[in-house]
Amino acid sequence: MPFTILKKQELVPTLHRMDIAAPRVAEKAMPGQFVILRIDECGERIPLTIADFDAADGTVTLIFQEIGKTTCQLASLGAGDSIADLAGPLGCASTIEKFGTVVCVGGGVGIAPIFPIARGLMEAGNKVISIIGARSADILFWEERMKEASSELYVTTDDGTKGHHGFVTDIVQNVIESGEQVDRVIAIGPPVMMRAVAGVTKPFGIKTVVSLNPIMVDGTGMCGACRVLVGGVTKFACVDGPEFDAHEVDFTLLMSRLAMYLPEEREALDYKAAEDPAV
Amino acid sequence: MKIKTESKPEKRSKMAKQSPSKRRSNFEEVALGYNRYEAVAEANRCLNCKKPPCIEGCPVGVDIPRFIRQIAEEDFDSAVLTLKSTNSLPAICGRVCPQETQCEAVCVLGKGGKGDPIAIGGLERFVADYEMEEGVTIPDLPSPTGRRVAVVGAGPAGLTAAAELAKIGHSVTVFESLHAAGGVLVYGIPEFRLPKSIVAAEVDFIRRLGVDMRMNSVIGKIGTVDELLRDYDAVFLGTGAGLPSFLGIDGENLNGVYSANEFLTRVNLMKAYLFPEFDTPVKKGRRTIVVGGGNVAMDSARCALRLGAGEVTIVYRRGEDELPARAEEVLNAKEEGIIFRLLTNPIRILGDGNNWVTGMECVNMELCEPDESGRCRPVPVPDTEHIIPADVVVIAIGTSPNPLVSMTTPDLEIAGYGTIVADETGATSKPGVFAGGDIVTGSATVISAMGAGKVAAKAIDEYVRGLSGYENLLNIT
Ligand SMILES: Cc1cc2nc3c(=O)[nH]c(=O)nc-3n(C[C@H](O)[C@H](O)[C@H](O)COP(=O)(O)OP(=O)(O)OC[C@H]3O[C@@H](n4cnc5c(N)ncnc54)[C@H](O)[C@@H]3O)c2cc1C
Ligand SMILES: Cc1cc2nc3c(=O)[nH]c(=O)nc-3n(C[C@H](O)[C@H](O)[C@H](O)COP(=O)(O)OP(=O)(O)OC[C@H]3O[C@@H](n4cnc5c(N)ncnc54)[C@H](O)[C@@H]3O)c2cc1C
Ligand code: SF4
Ligand code: FES
Repeated sequence: MPFTILKKQELVPTLHRMDIAAPRVAEKAMPGQFVILRIDECGERIPLTIADFDAADGTVTLIFQEIGKTTCQLASLGAGDSIADLAGPLGCASTIEKFGTVVCVGGGVGIAPIFPIARGLMEAGNKVISIIGARSADILFWEERMKEASSELYVTTDDGTKGHHGFVTDIVQNVIESGEQVDRVIAIGPPVMMRAVAGVTKPFGIKTVVSLNPIMVDGTGMCGACRVLVGGVTKFACVDGPEFDAHEVDFTLLMSRLAMYLPEEREALDYKAAEDPAV
Repeated sequence: MKIKTESKPEKRSKMAKQSPSKRRSNFEEVALGYNRYEAVAEANRCLNCKKPPCIEGCPVGVDIPRFIRQIAEEDFDSAVLTLKSTNSLPAICGRVCPQETQCEAVCVLGKGGKGDPIAIGGLERFVADYEMEEGVTIPDLPSPTGRRVAVVGAGPAGLTAAAELAKIGHSVTVFESLHAAGGVLVYGIPEFRLPKSIVAAEVDFIRRLGVDMRMNSVIGKIGTVDELLRDYDAVFLGTGAGLPSFLGIDGENLNGVYSANEFLTRVNLMKAYLFPEFDTPVKKGRRTIVVGGGNVAMDSARCALRLGAGEVTIVYRRGEDELPARAEEVLNAKEEGIIFRLLTNPIRILGDGNNWVTGMECVNMELCEPDESGRCRPVPVPDTEHIIPADVVVIAIGTSPNPLVSMTTPDLEIAGYGTIVADETGATSKPGVFAGGDIVTGSATVISAMGAGKVAAKAIDEYVRGLSGYENLLNIT
């Protein structure tokens, strides 16, 4: 039973939003969870975070960056097309409670998964200070949505084309040093960003949560591809996570495992280019 | 009618195989099956014993002498019916059952070491393949009972339970977390031992019995067992033992170190051996080490070889006699050139500065005197540490049950190691919930999982018929 794409939109260059009809997944989805999809019979299984969901409409919203074979192929599909498989919701949901003041940090495509978490935390009665960052203004997305889902919103760009000229960590540091009583920090983005945020909050002893993105296959705890080291203990991110205590995560291991298939990923792209020069 | 000759050949008909030099570089089936003449000749060796021990050796009690006699009489259609009346997946069992420790182990012809037992597995495969060539007939289904059963997991246990329940007229929905049905048959056992087209044909047969197969449905995530019980009269859990164990030694998270489950899933389910035509990659090592001595280890080693590894080594801490893998597969592996380092135990996995595996440090072992349980414990021999170089390491030391279902079903009784407690009918501690296969026994065999599925189907049938309102339903339909 294939899954139909209802809507597809390029939010900023090479970054897409896709709404897919998956009523059962939409009904159960919670902030922080993800799906694993496979485009066709030859496809790889890749995880994407559920950036939004609408149980009434039976849709899940995915936001993805074109980075390799599968995401580029996915970007070539549009409304009315379908994908072969979509399994979810997978992983543990984000802990949404009344903590007090929570800082939500989203970097790059990580803005998408931080959105439902920020919204959930607002609904739970927290003061939500959100910080979103991108390399440049033209690839920043969902600023409006994030504004609605937060008490305060800060924007940063690496090149200074919008908001604060610098990194999200600068603002995290400022907020904490401004005397704001921060009860919790949640950061989702590239591993280097998450590691940097962890580095800022650690001296202050602020509980910090990150969502890890290791390579996955089944997403149900069956293969161990997604193993990460947290507090010296091996965990399977797909079932034990994807969220973990940032101060305990071995980011170096995460990053080197993410690079495991770089030669094969290049080969897959070359093969695809040779097959179908149009895409 | 055939006239039986007095003296029977003592040697079994040999089954053709791809030569080792050829097969070590392709994923096509190794054993090629009997042709008609070979099958009839083999069947003619059967003594048709009055008290056939082979039936008792078979975990599901296939009427072995009967289907063998039907082959000898060249009445293959009847042989199909005989087999299928007790075993709904004969093409699979004929290929992967450990006959040498079951039916063939007790065959009268093999007793006293005089001759070979009948090649029961080979004959079973012959009959099943004959049926597939001729076209499978779907049995007439009884009118619907109006009862609904949910089956969780599409491995041999779940598929068998689903087929049996559908044949009685119950409405069955199978929930499977992966995108394909078959369980270990599709993600674990490689193409060269069990072609996926055969599993697909068997799954298709079950679909044609009217079973609704829902892939991509992870129970515990998309719904709980309690939620299933709201929509269904009973639930069968056949979720297998799919959680990989690691050794717990240094270096296990290095790049290039796989659990057997991941390695085999990439190669078999995701078809990484056809990369880049298929998108999923797998590391093709030049030197691969596989840790373990069971079927899973043999399959991993033989896959690694076919991916192009120049050197594949099996590291196993006990001796040749203790290898848990099927004898036939050990022989196949050896013929293909896999190196066996027996009585060898890994101590740690070594890596370079970039987190890539470079080898494994091992120590030699010796078997001490058997303990009360009769098993010899391997103990390290001092000062025998040595390093085996490798760029891929596969850990194939076993699996345990996945806790996704048990975690979300609080009133389900769980035993040590996470298996679900079920009685001999498959009934669990939770009313209306039955379980069978590896999730109950821990890693076992295809046929025992099927047997459990079948027994549970019978108990489920009785249970749902006993639910109040059944009489009324029957009158309406
Ligand atoms: C829990 C989780 C949630 C994620 N959510 C999102 C999201 O919302 N939006 C988004 O754009 N990306 C997300 N990702 C990352 C996304 O899965 C990868 O970008 C995608 O798999 C790349 O596939 P590709 O074939 O296009 O690229 P490839 O060229 O195959 O790979 C590019 C890089 O992506 C990573 N990657 C490759 N295959 C996988 C895989 N099977 N699983 C995980 N990572 C892989 C590797 O680091 C690799 O170097 C998430 C990852 C995880 C684990
Ligand atoms: C590599 C390998 C080789 C083997 N070789 C042999 C052999 O030669 N001969 C032999 O007899 N036996 C062999 N075995 C053992 C045999 O395959 C198993 O004993 C048998 O498959 C068990 O069947 P099962 O139905 O209990 O579980 P499985 O085959 O494990 O099937 C369980 C299914 O349930 C699904 N599932 C799990 N959790 C959920 C959930 N929460 N929701 C939905 N679905 C779920 C899984 O995805 C899977 O498809 C081998 C095993 C392996 C791993
Ligand atoms: S034990 Fe062997 S010889 Fe006797 S009936 Fe069974 S298969 Fe035939
Ligand atoms: S992705 Fe396979 S165990 Fe997590």
